[in-house]
Amino acid sequence: MHNIRVIPRLDIKGPNIVKGLCFDGYRVIGTPEKFSEIYYKAGADELFFQDVVASLYERSNLLEIIESTAKKIFIPLTVSGGVRSIEDVKEILRAGADKVAINTAAIKNPDLLRQASRMFGSQCIVSSIEAKRLGNGKYEVWVDYGRQPTGVDVLEWAKRVVDLGVGEIFLSSVDKDGTGEGFELDLIHMVASSVSIPVIACSGAGQEEDFVQAVKIGLADAVSAASVFHYKYAELVDTLIMSYNKKELRMGEQIDSGNIEFIREGYGGNSEIFVNPASIGDVKRLMRKKEIFVRV
Amino acid sequence: MSKKEIVIVDYGLGNLFSIQRAINEVGAKSLISCKSEQIKSAEKLILPGVGAFEDGMRGLCEKGLVNTICEFANSGKPVFGICLGMQLLLSFSEEHGLHRGLDLIKGKVVRFKEPDPGGEKYKVPQIGWNSIVLPETLHQGKVSGEAGRINPWENTILKDLSNKSFMYFLHSYIVFVDNPERCLAVTRYGLDEYCSVLKKDNIVGCQFHPELSGDTGLDILRNFVLQ
Repeated sequence: MHNIRVIPRLDIKGPNIVKGLCFDGYRVIGTPEKFSEIYYKAGADELFFQDVVASLYERSNLLEIIESTAKKIFIPLTVSGGVRSIEDVKEILRAGADKVAINTAAIKNPDLLRQASRMFGSQCIVSSIEAKRLGNGKYEVWVDYGRQPTGVDVLEWAKRVVDLGVGEIFLSSVDKDGTGEGFELDLIHMVASSVSIPVIACSGAGQEEDFVQAVKIGLADAVSAASVFHYKYAELVDTLIMSYNKKELRMGEQIDSGNIEFIREGYGGNSEIFVNPASIGDVKRLMRKKEIFVRV
Repeated sequence: MSKKEIVIVDYGLGNLFSIQRAINEVGAKSLISCKSEQIKSAEKLILPGVGAFEDGMRGLCEKGLVNTICEFANSGKPVFGICLGMQLLLSFSEEHGLHRGLDLIKGKVVRFKEPDPGGEKYKVPQIGWNSIVLPETLHQGKVSGEAGRINPWENTILKDLSNKSFMYFLHSYIVFVDNPERCLAVTRYGLDEYCSVLKKDNIVGCQFHPELSGDTGLDILRNFVLQ
């Protein structure tokens, strides 16, 4: 009976928002600042910034984006990507973020979560968990933005991070991210029903109804998506259909630059991802119709 | 510093800069300070805070600010407690043991009730948007027929806000005030209905984060700035 949050996820590389498509690279969609303002006005409950190549490049770009965004939007902002130390957390909070999400570094050193929660407060620290299906209802934690397996069981890790003091969990699916095929409902349900802290479900939203399922079936406390929203609000110069030639879609393939020529070059292949772009208002309206409480 | 203005108390905890940015957005300047002298000469005070009650009180004590804030409050100048800052105004908290607060408002801080095993599930902390509602007692006392209807929120920081406005909450502990007239708005979450906005003369408090509550939150800050 509590209100479900709708949280657009902005994947940031350098100065741009990008949307990962497949092995070939990224499509630049726009700037984080512009999209942040659009989402703020459109009724987003929070924003989530994912720095997709944070591990390898300079941080200063991201900090600048956080600073300028924080001046204009007055809803919570969570930042994720390459957070490796207490210093990183401090810097990101000081730049203007309200919460910091940690994945890779926490798997390597779980105590970082405990320290960060103790120092900055549980409410500032989010455990970002990327899950890959193993079969038999089991999932494995992956790190480095969908690049590396860890051998760690997702459910066990989720329970552990609660003990370490984090405020909430941001749960993504390596299998579903970028596919528009719907959320990984078994995963969400498994985690959301097992932990006492809020779980934000991400990855796979392709249409409005998916969000309803994430809440009703997955029991998510909040829902997050990228493409479904971005392509509604982006000023597109071409079609919404993206092509890829591999069935399995991975997040975070290493790239050197955002591909602005995407539309002309194309990515070849036969399979297509269909995302039915939806506005935040559309999603909330449907949720209300299905008796899910949301902020109006 | 001789110029009077809004001071945001820095006692080691709190999202000081987000509040400062929001105050700036509504057209006012503010100073972040932990110095008694600067706080004393302020026109208005904001007591922010995120984190644990015990840490909050320790922070205030270590910086020698307990008396300063109490004296400021007793002087009649406006004080605005936000989130943990609001909780610190109360008499005591049960978070991680029993801890005394500033006792400027009689009441207590306790944890959200745990969900019933067989009942509706909800998570603690509450993280997200929720409505602030005019309490029944306040409402009934002031409404006197259509023509004579008085809005209890009229001369408060909730001026011009719609009943049941959505605000952003992030907390595991809630406030109950002894005197119901001090409670300006209530909020329901889980099995609790708790005080989300309190007011005692010049002292006000919000359990939610006005600086993270979009335009409505900014309206509240603007009301505080302009009062």
